[in-house]
Parts: sequence; C-alpha cells; structure tokens
Amino acid sequence: MTAGGAHRRDPLPAKVWVGIVLLGGVLAVLPFVLGMAGQGWIRTLNFALIYVMLALGLNVVVGFAGLLDLGYIAFYAVGAYAWAMLASPHFGLHMPFWVILPTGFVLAAIAGALLGAPTLKLRGDYLAIVTLGFGEIVRIFMNNLNAPINITNGPQGINRVDTFRVGEFAFGRSQEILGMRITGPEKYYYLLLFITLVIVFVCARLQHSRIGRAWEAVREDEIAAKAMGINTRNIKLLAFAMGASFGGIAGCMFASMQGFVSPESFSLTESISVLCMVVLGGMGHIPGVILGALLLSVFPELLRAVVIPLQETMFGEVLLDPEAIRMLMFGFALVLVMIFRPEGLWPSALRRRELRTAKEGS
Amino acid sequence: MEILLQQLINGVTVGSVYALVALGYTMVYGIIGLINFAHGDVVMIGAMVATTIVVTVVGGNPGGVSTWLLVLGALAAAMPVCMALGWTAERFAYRPLRRAPRLAALITAIGISIIIQNVAMMIWGRNYLSFPHIIQPVVFHVGDARISVLQIIIIVSAALIMGGLYLLVHRTRLGTAMRATAQNREVAGLMGVNINTVISAAFVIGSLLAAVAGVMVAAYYGVAQYTMGFILGLKAFTAAVLGGIGNLAGAMLGGLLLGIIESLGAGYIGDLTNGFFGSNYQDVFSFIVLILVLVFRPSGLLGERIGDRA
Repeated sequence: MTAGGAHRRDPLPAKVWVGIVLLGGVLAVLPFVLGMAGQGWIRTLNFALIYVMLALGLNVVVGFAGLLDLGYIAFYAVGAYAWAMLASPHFGLHMPFWVILPTGFVLAAIAGALLGAPTLKLRGDYLAIVTLGFGEIVRIFMNNLNAPINITNGPQGINRVDTFRVGEFAFGRSQEILGMRITGPEKYYYLLLFITLVIVFVCARLQHSRIGRAWEAVREDEIAAKAMGINTRNIKLLAFAMGASFGGIAGCMFASMQGFVSPESFSLTESISVLCMVVLGGMGHIPGVILGALLLSVFPELLRAVVIPLQETMFGEVLLDPEAIRMLMFGFALVLVMIFRPEGLWPSALRRRELRTAKEGS
Repeated sequence: MEILLQQLINGVTVGSVYALVALGYTMVYGIIGLINFAHGDVVMIGAMVATTIVVTVVGGNPGGVSTWLLVLGALAAAMPVCMALGWTAERFAYRPLRRAPRLAALITAIGISIIIQNVAMMIWGRNYLSFPHIIQPVVFHVGDARISVLQIIIIVSAALIMGGLYLLVHRTRLGTAMRATAQNREVAGLMGVNINTVISAAFVIGSLLAAVAGVMVAAYYGVAQYTMGFILGLKAFTAAVLGGIGNLAGAMLGGLLLGIIESLGAGYIGDLTNGFFGSNYQDVFSFIVLILVLVFRPSGLLGERIGDRA
C-alpha cells in the first residue's frame, strides 16, 4: 500500500512532532548525562540497546506470528561467532564490517529457516520444546567444536575480537572529536542506537504490511489463514528467518563491542530473559517490547547497585546473590503477568480489547 | 560385544529413571494438555532433599544407621516436599490459566521452573552436593558386563512403581476418573467427576514419581545440583513424546528406549565418526531423537493420530 493512494494519511499533529523532537534530543545527549554517573552506565545502556534488538527480533516470531521460540539466543550466538571468527586473530581473518554484518545476517536467517523447517507442522507447545533443544544443541556444539579441528575454541571462547570500524574510524577506542573526548562506549551507543532505529523501522513497516497481516492471521487461526489463501509454510519460515536475522545482527554487535565471545553468554537463561522482555512488555506491540527490554536489562544493574550495599549494611555480608534475585523476579514476573495481565505492561489497544473480550466470552 | 551389553545395562538403568519422570509429564499432558515445564525441577528438589537428609545423618553418625532405613528416610522426606510443590504449582499458577491460551500456560510453567531453580539455589547454593556412597558397590558379572546392586534396585523399583501406577489408573475409582477427565473434561464434570481433585491428583502423583526418580538420580550419579532438573526434564519429555504423549505405557517404553539409544550412542559415536565426535555429545542424542520423532511421527510410537488442533 502506498502512502500516495486514495487514503492519504493525515499529517502528524504538532504534538507528536514535539514529542519526537524531544525524544530525539534526549536520546542524543543520553550517554553524556549518564557518563557523569560513571562509564559503567553507558555500557549498561549499550547492552540495553542490544537487548532491544533481540527482543524486537523475538517479537517477530513470538508476538507477530505466535510461534513460541525458546532457543532464540542461538541466533544471537550465530551472529556473535560469525563476527568473532571473521574478525579476530583466531583464524587470522580481519574482514571489514560490510562483509561480516551481511554474513551474520544471512547465517542467522538460514539457521532460523533450518530450525523452522522441521517444526512447521508442530503445535505451539511442541515447537517451544524443539526450539529449546535447538538452542542447547548450538551451545553444546560451540562448547565442543575445539577438537579435533579447532573451530570455536571451545569453552575458552574467542579473544581479541576486532572492534567495529568504518575505514580508519574505530568504534572501540577513545578519540578527540572537535575538541571533545569521546569514549568507545559512547561511540558504540550511537552506532547501536542507529541500528536499533533501523530495526524498529523495519519491524513497524513489516507489521502493517501484507506479510505482517499474514503473520497475525496465522497467529490467530492457522487453519482459517490457510483457507484464506495464505501460504502458511512460507510465512512461518519467513517469520523465523526475519526474527533470527535481527538476532544475528545483535550478535555481531555484541561480539564487536565486547571483544570476546564464549558459549557462556548464550545460555538458556538468556533466551528466557529475552522472552520475559517480550512477554512483559506486551507481545506484538513494538513500543511495549522496547519498554520491556529496557526495563529488564537496566533493572538488574540497578538491583546490583542497590541490593549488595543494602545487604552489607543490614547483615554485614551478601546473603542473597543479586543474580538469583533477578532470576527469581523474572520467574514471578512471567507467572504473574500471565495470570493477571496477559496482554503485558504496554499492549496495543487492539490486542487488549481482544484479550478482554475473550476472557469475558469464555 | 561386552561393550554392547554393558551399555544396554546402563541404558536400561537410566531409561527407568527417564520413564518415571516421563510418566509425570504424560499424566499432566494427557489430562490438561499442558507441558509441565517445571516437572524436571521437581525431580531436582527430590534429589536435593534426599541428599541433604543422607548427608546430615551419615555425617553425624557414620555407619550407625542401616542403609535401607536411610534410603527410606530420604524417600520419606523427598516425597511430601515434591508432592506439596506439585500441588502448589497447580493450585496457584496453572489453575487460574486453565481456560487461557496454551502459550500462556506454557510461559507460566517456564516461570515456575525458574522460581524453583532459584529458590533451590538460594537454599543449597551453586555447588554440587555429593551423595554419600551408602549403598555397597557390590557388582555382579553378567557375561563380560557388570551390573551393580544399585542398578538392580533402580530397575526393579521403577518397574514395581510403574506396575502400581498402571493398576491405579486402570483398576481404581480415581484412575477411572482420571481417564474420563483426559477424554473430555466437561463431560466428565457433568458425570460427577470432581475435575479439580483429579487434576490435583495427577500433579501430586506425578511429583511423587519425580521424588523417587530424584533419589535414584542422586544415588546413581552421586551428585545433585540446582540446574540438574532442566536437562533431565527435557530428556524425560523427549521420552514421553517418543512413546506418545498422554499414553502411560508409551512413557515407560519411551523412557527405556531413550535411555538405551543415549547410552549406545555415547558408547559408539567415537568409533563411528573416527573420533570426530566424542561422548561429550551425549546430550545431543535426545534432542535429535525428539526432533526426528516430531517430524516423522508426532503422535509417538504408541500414540493415536490426532488432528492439528486437538
């Protein structure tokens, strides 16, 4: 559908423009404001952006197409390892980003389609278990493919991964620009923000396209969708591939920013964290998912900053591990959201109406 | 040849444990259509409680208590804890969602699993607990292969329990009510079956079997840790799917088969692939089996063919 057709869109009201400009301004100066509280917070912010990418990718699979994927982190891993192998001393390769990013994107998409293919006929809950198994298989292979041919360097992971560089401009290093000292994390912030905005844009356009409507139809009733002439096989495979490719991009960024990858970063816990973000924020609603990802990725850092000193002053030692508290809260969040607010914290108006009427109807 | 026999014995032992856990999955799935993701973690709690009891008793008074009393004591402690856990999860997390979409219930089950694991971690810490060697390592020779007393105990008691469960489901009033509920929940309710009681009973019985399986796992491998339930649960679920989920005999068959496939696979993969893949890929087998079964025969070996939207 083109914007120039008979249904010309109303121009955005002035209030929305003001909001966009304000938000843009805040996003533009955010790292410098946070930087005053410590460089650590900029790193947290960067990770939050990576999680936003992951959550948006998973949202395509879970939220749009209604396919519960519990092994999503595998695609993140594919992207990260693609970057690490193509740009590190491990194989002695140092490819530029415009080779690796598309490679990571395509590899992750292929992995997504490969996972999707055998599971197409399965009902939702079986699918969840198969994807879970797939995620574990990928991790087991990463852990063990260091012998007899060393491909992934096993549990030690790959070190000294190249940073993202455009020509001579390296994102990992501090440098003076126009008399201002810009640190690596600050530069990465803008790069990540740019990629995140691209992904948000793609997701938003996808959702309201023909494909997005087909996904929604498959989610609501697959048989009816088939009867309406939707090729459910292709449309589901496409959902897996699209979702996975965003994960692959996020993985590439993770590897380049971190400079180090190991199988440990891609455990089931991570898959579940990303799922929590999507579910808590509101499945299928892009602003909700972004909110969920930001909340759940920044919150543990706050927790770490608060819980440890609090326990030290109260009991004199750290009794409860913040990591355990974080996971415990994730668990309760999943259960409570499902029972009391199945549409998530910030659902789309349509979805909320659907769920409410469905509840009254039964 | 002796390797084959040895791997078969090991496989049947592990398979018996898988079968016990798979029964818990299959009973719940048969009745309410939920994959109880937290079931593996109930097994873990059983193992942890039993290990704690045995360690406390043996640590305080080595050799003073008879082995059998000790094992029974560990079971007696693990069973009520697991049963209470299963009942609570059903009552407070799954019951409000009985009419919700399947994915909602599954996500809740994942949440419960995370909660159980992390509470266990807070109680017992991250380290492996080691289960003391209270059962004498007496070994019998069968041809060239060896079978230990512990393996015999595991196989025999698992068989007895499964026989008992079969009788319960097919000969008692509760069993009849369970089968009726599995066929059609609404109609069973109209016929005077108390659905809530039946569903709670399925969870409690499943958790009881999980407790026994937990004690067996802890005793057999000699360790227990808070994450052990995940992979075990996944394998048991595979076993249930392999046999045909919702089908009790299928879960038993699937468990044994999966145990055998896994130990034969781990035993021979090195030779078959010229050492390219080693036995550290053992866990991959069950996933491959799961994917193959789901692709080629989603209803499992003994399951009936059901439509997409059953």
